[in-house]
Amino acid sequence: MTRRRAALFVRTAVLAGLVGLLEICCRTGIIDPLTVIPPSDMFASMIDHLRSGELDESIVNTFSTILLAFVLAVGGGTLAGALVHRSPRLRDVADPLLASYYSVPTFIFYPLLVALLGLGKAPLVVLGVLSAAPAVMISTLSGLDGVSPVLLKLARVHRLSPARTLWWIVLPAALPRLFSGFKLALSYALIGVIAGEFILSGTGLGYAISFAYQSFDNRAMYGLMLFVLLVAVTANGILYVWEGWLARRRSRG
Amino acid sequence: MSDFVLENAPPSRTSRGRVRAFDAAVLALLILALWQAIGSWTQGVAVSPPLQTLVYLFGLLRTWMFWDHAAATLTAFLVAFALSALIGLALGLIFGIRRFAGEVAEPILAGFYTIPKVTLYPVVLLVFGLGMSAKIAFGVMHGLVPMTLFTLGAVRNLPPVLIRTAKVLRLSPGRTMLWVLIPACMPEIVNGLRISFSLSLLGVLIGEMFSSQRGLGFLLVNGMAQNNVPLSTAVVTVIVGVSIAANSLMLRLGGRATRRSN
Repeated sequence: MTRRRAALFVRTAVLAGLVGLLEICCRTGIIDPLTVIPPSDMFASMIDHLRSGELDESIVNTFSTILLAFVLAVGGGTLAGALVHRSPRLRDVADPLLASYYSVPTFIFYPLLVALLGLGKAPLVVLGVLSAAPAVMISTLSGLDGVSPVLLKLARVHRLSPARTLWWIVLPAALPRLFSGFKLALSYALIGVIAGEFILSGTGLGYAISFAYQSFDNRAMYGLMLFVLLVAVTANGILYVWEGWLARRRSRG
Repeated sequence: MSDFVLENAPPSRTSRGRVRAFDAAVLALLILALWQAIGSWTQGVAVSPPLQTLVYLFGLLRTWMFWDHAAATLTAFLVAFALSALIGLALGLIFGIRRFAGEVAEPILAGFYTIPKVTLYPVVLLVFGLGMSAKIAFGVMHGLVPMTLFTLGAVRNLPPVLIRTAKVLRLSPGRTMLWVLIPACMPEIVNGLRISFSLSLLGVLIGEMFSSQRGLGFLLVNGMAQNNVPLSTAVVTVIVGVSIAANSLMLRLGGRATRRSN
């Protein structure tokens, strides 16, 4: 525990030092202010833009798209994983497919999706689902593989109905793996949606950043960038802590 | 491991193999049918059907223009991948041996892995300027972290006896890496290379799709902008085909490395 604390302390110090170094380099002109603005300015710009309310619509747009993609990916991925897990024959087909799907840069489908579905929320949601669902599917498969047979035997001995077996035995046993899939799904959905908005879109935070870049508004660009990164880090951090909490509770009980 | 498989092998292994091949063929046909359905449903406005795409692709492969763009992407990608692999390997080995440094660095790297790096691309452009070096830097930003994390994990999980043996034999740090760590971590390293390969390709392609004048990513976006549907579909087909082929090759190499280390 003390070692973990020490690591946390050093990590915080390293990050703070890097931010401080960047601030000094920008303030003294070692780094051209036209390239990177000082971190304190980024923060001030972020606060300004959030206060002004001009971003409210983009924020709502982006996060509702991400949430929708995440929910669809988790639902669809879990269902597909459970289905494939039941049939070894499907599994033989799905395993190599999933392994090679990972290597395909899903993002290149985005222009095709835009042409297919029109510019707007739909292609972004599909892109988010395409990038996130396979991760959920893989973790569902490995979670279900990890349920030890003796637990299923126990369920049979107690004559649990399939629904109860699922709810009381399979789900708790598979939860840690499932959870790590959900964690990946959130960050993939977030990356997919924001990248889509950035490259080709008319709304959202990704679009706002690319718009600020193209109109040479560095201050706005860095403020927005900081906001998106902070939200991403916070969301992932919450899931990370939650996962640790689940694991600890499990090892205790 | 292999004994176990042999013991439990069903009596008719070839028939299972045949079923698998059959299923794979059915899957391929399904994908083609879906592609054809989307193509005809939209009447070629968004996606051109498989046969037409293939014909177009063969014509495209004969043009000088295509190879010029492909070469731009390939150069950027190869440099980005090589840098990711080498730097990632070195960092992973160092963070793996120096446990405390590893504990400090790992959450930072994992956090960087999960953020939408595309938002940082304007910074890369401002720092490196438009052109090849920005694309390479962006590819490295995507490919470096997974390579580091995989190597780090592999070194950390090594049986301590290997590292102690290296110490007893008084191997220099360089030789310890070359003769002990890298061979022992080979399966994980190949896995890291595989992930790093696809992510650095993704980085380079995204870089090309956003403000670039050359490369397959540019060709794809340009095809969309000019409403040249067969062109963009053909480019997507090429990229998907190449990445699946490279991935399968590396999966096979990884399997061989795992068997050898067992």
